[in-house]
Parts: sequence; C-alpha cells; structure tokens
Amino acid sequence: MASADTAVATPPRAGLRAPLGGEALSRGIATLWISVIVLIPLAAVVSRGFEDGLGHFWDAISDPEAVAAIKLTLISSLIVVAINAVMGTLIAWVLVRDQFRGKSIVNSIIDLPFALPTIVAGLTLLALYRPNSPIGVHVAYTKAAVVAALLFVTLPFVVRAVQPVLMELDREMEEAAASLGAPNHRIFRSIILPNLAPAVIAGCALAFARAIGEFGSLVLLTGNIPFNTQVASVYIFGRIETNDASGAAAVSILLLAISVGLLFALNLFSTWRSRHERG
Amino acid sequence: MSAVSLRSRIGLRSIALIYLSALLVVPVGAIFYRTFEHGLSGPIDAVTSAEGLHAFWLTVVCVGIAVPLNTVFGVITALVLVRQDFRGKAVLNAAIDLPFAISPVVIGLALFLVYAPRDSWVGGWLMDNGVQVIFSLPGMVLATIFVSLPFVVREVMPVLQEIGTDQEEAAKTLGASPSQTFWRVTLPAIRWGLTYGIVLATARALGEFGAVSVVSGKISGANATQTLPLYVQRQFENFNVAGAYAAAILLAILAVAVLFSMNLLQRRSARSADAEEGDAGALPGPGVFVPQPIEKEA
Repeated sequence: MASADTAVATPPRAGLRAPLGGEALSRGIATLWISVIVLIPLAAVVSRGFEDGLGHFWDAISDPEAVAAIKLTLISSLIVVAINAVMGTLIAWVLVRDQFRGKSIVNSIIDLPFALPTIVAGLTLLALYRPNSPIGVHVAYTKAAVVAALLFVTLPFVVRAVQPVLMELDREMEEAAASLGAPNHRIFRSIILPNLAPAVIAGCALAFARAIGEFGSLVLLTGNIPFNTQVASVYIFGRIETNDASGAAAVSILLLAISVGLLFALNLFSTWRSRHERG
Repeated sequence: MSAVSLRSRIGLRSIALIYLSALLVVPVGAIFYRTFEHGLSGPIDAVTSAEGLHAFWLTVVCVGIAVPLNTVFGVITALVLVRQDFRGKAVLNAAIDLPFAISPVVIGLALFLVYAPRDSWVGGWLMDNGVQVIFSLPGMVLATIFVSLPFVVREVMPVLQEIGTDQEEAAKTLGASPSQTFWRVTLPAIRWGLTYGIVLATARALGEFGAVSVVSGKISGANATQTLPLYVQRQFENFNVAGAYAAAILLAILAVAVLFSMNLLQRRSARSADAEEGDAGALPGPGVFVPQPIEKEA
C-alpha cells in the first residue's frame, strides 16, 4: 500500500479524533450538522406555510396563477419521465450490449447534465432554439421549452440506474430463449423488462423529483410567462421577490411533499426489494 | 453471438445516438460556436471584466468554504451512519438525500425564512449583532453547503460498508489510538470514494444557481453578491449575450474537467482495487445517485 505512507506523514489533527473516538460526540456532531444545514431551514418553510392556518395555506396554493404553474410543472414532468423511461432504457441497453467505436465517449457524456450548471444548460438550449435559431426550430418561450430543458437535466437518471443492472443481468436466459425460437420482442418483454423494471422505476422517481423542482435551466429558456410557461419553482421565486413569503412557502410545501414522498416510497421499495431478494 | 440481430442493433444504436446528439451534443456545440464565432478576444474580455472577475472570485470563495466543510462533516456523518446504531438513524439517513430532492428555490426560501434580516427565525438577532446572512456572503455559502451536502456522505458510505471493521479492530488491538486508526487505516481505505465525492460536490457547488440566486439579492457593483452562474443570467438579461456565453463556456469547461476527472478516478480506483486485495477502493459506480437502503453489518 504505497499511498498509506503519505497518510502516515500527515499529522493527526485533534479536531478529527472524534470520528472513531467518542461515539456519542460524533453522532451529536453529525446530527447537529444535518439539522442546522438542512432540517431547521426546511422546518421554517413548513412553519411559515401553515402559520396563518390551513385556510390561508389552501388559498395560497389555489391561487389561479399558482395552480397554472403547478399544473404545468406536474404535466411536463410526467411527459419527461415517460420519455426518459423509454429513451433511458434504450440508451442503457445500447451502452451495455452494443459495441461501436466511440462508445466510451458516449458513455461519459451521459453525465454531462449532472456536471453542467443548470443556468448553462438553459443557455445552451437557448443558443440553439431561440427565435433566430440557426436550425429554424422555435421552441424557446413555449411549453415545449419546459419539456426540452427538463429532458436535458434529467437524462442521466434512468440511464445510470438501468446500466449496472443490465450489466449484471445473466445473458444465458436470453440466449436460451433465443435458441428456443423466441422472437426479440418476446425476449425483451418477458426476460429483460421484468429484471430492469425496478431500476427503471427508481430512475424515473428520481428524475421526477428533480424535474418538479427544476429552476436554473428554465429561467432563461421559458420566458416565465404566467399562466403559460411559468413553472412552480419560478412562481415561488416571484413570490419571494414580491415579499409574499407565505405564498412562496405554501407552494414550496406542496413540492416538498411530493418529492419527499417519492423519495420515501423509493426507499421503502428498495428496502423491501433487497429483503425480498435475499429471503 | 448476440441474441439480437445486427439490423435491430444498429437501429437502436442510431436512435440512441440521434437522441443524444439532439439533446446534448448539438446544443453544447452550438454554444461553443456562438461564443467563439467572432474570435477569442470578445469572450476573454467578458470574463476578465471587473464584474466577471469578481463573480469568479466569489464563486471560488463559496466553493472553497462549502466543500471542505462538507468533506469533514460528510466523513463524520458517513462513519456515524455506517458504524453506529441508534434511534433516529433512519431519519438522519433519509435527511441526507433531501438536498437531491428539493428545488433549489425552496432551499433558498428555507434559508431566507431562517436568516432574513426581518421576519425570520434568527436573522433579526444576528443583524443586531452585526452579522448579515441573507443578501451577503454567509447566506450564499450556506446555500452552497446545502446543495452539495449529500455527495461526500453518499460516496463514502458504501466504501465504509465494504471495508468492514476488521482492519480498524486489528489496529486498535495493536494499540493504535482512535486518531491513528482513522488517519492510517480508515482514511487510506476510503480515499477514492472520498475524492470522488469531493469532485462531485465541487461540481455541484460551482454551478449552483437557484438557491444562491434567492439568498444573494443579486446585488451588483463594488460589494456585489454575484457568483459566476448569476453573472451569466445578468449578462443575458442585460442583452450582453456574448458576455453570458463567455461566462457559460467557462463554467462548461469546468464541468467537462469534472467529468474527465470522474472518469479518471473511476478507472484508477478500479485498478487499485484490483492491485490491492482487501482494499475496497473500487467506486460504487454511477448507480450511486439511486438511494440505497442502509445495510446492517454482520
């Protein structure tokens, strides 16, 4: 272990003795850290949203402009997730089962949407799809722009969820089915798909959670027209800027509930599945 | 022999490549083309303007504070979640993933409601004591920490699970102090996962827009609260499209550098896992973005 020598040369710092030392101390530090950074601020949102009672909360999220924004967000996220389920699985299949020159490059650009800052993603799509577009496609400032931007930022989720499962999938079953004369679509439907379904669902859930909260890539691209191209996160931003923190908090709670609920369901699902598989 | 015919394989490959080109390659190529179509001097002037340099500097400061803090606390949190059993552990574990699932604007709002100078939980008190969080640097740093918090924890946890406690216990038996055990046994074993987590956290921190945008107040001028992603938006909205493209390209180049080092790290860690048996340095792979249940150790 050559690199262990460099670690020996590093003098131990007193402040970091905790991780292995006092268990209670390190547990306290971790809990405090997550609470201060994540949990307390989120509690502030929930508390502000319900501050004036349920009636006010309901009024805030049933404001027509809010309803239009929420509707647009949910519908375009569903469209995006459906496209991702198909295209993500297809891309993963090509990356695992196909052989062609430049495959490793294609494989690494899948992560580009994760690495690229969202505002750059939006500007990138705008450079191509704005009104004086070089390719003559007018997508900017329409609802289609919302879908395009969400497709861009959520691309990796399904691909990266399906890829490892497909890699581990035993090919003997498929080959046996093929030698018994099963046509390709039948092999896909009755062998590959059932094995991939959990990964596709997991990828879709994460993509959906990401899509309903997306902001940076939409700000420049959609024009943020109320009742037309304004999504929920942009609506929340507008409420904050006009000093309506309660209205912002109410719609935020709705988004929070959906994405946290999804994450929770996904955790339950994967716990259940790993127990199911082992048992 | 593949079970799938050559024709359908090429068909699927073409669909995948056309989709990726239309969605990723052509737009990213277009922005590079647009930026450099009138030569290099324009974009270079735009990012080296006083405002551009200030934005760049502010981004470096935010990342420089957020990532080291997330690294130290991330390792502690990962150790706690993997090595300890306590009540509420599932809640703590689930809370780690929240920043992945929450809209950046909601994150900004959350910090706003705790720290805003007026009408917030502690902002007024902090203001009376001379600390301004919202519309100033501390708020932007907090937002950056929030969005990049899960990466180190989530990359280190599976590695810790894999290496188990045998080596640590052997070190303890041989008389090593807890800090010696950490620095000489645990840290070398998790080094690749940790580095990978730091790279991902840095990428996310560099590009954060929504959360920072809410808490920054978008102040420009001498004491500007404008990071590089915010600078991109402002330049675009002020019809300085060339400036926006130039700053965006700078961010995109940083993103590509991150991608590149991710690939490199994955290959190196795979090699080192092969070379040193028992040293579970292999990275969990890209599937890491999918939340995993905590596995109980035997």
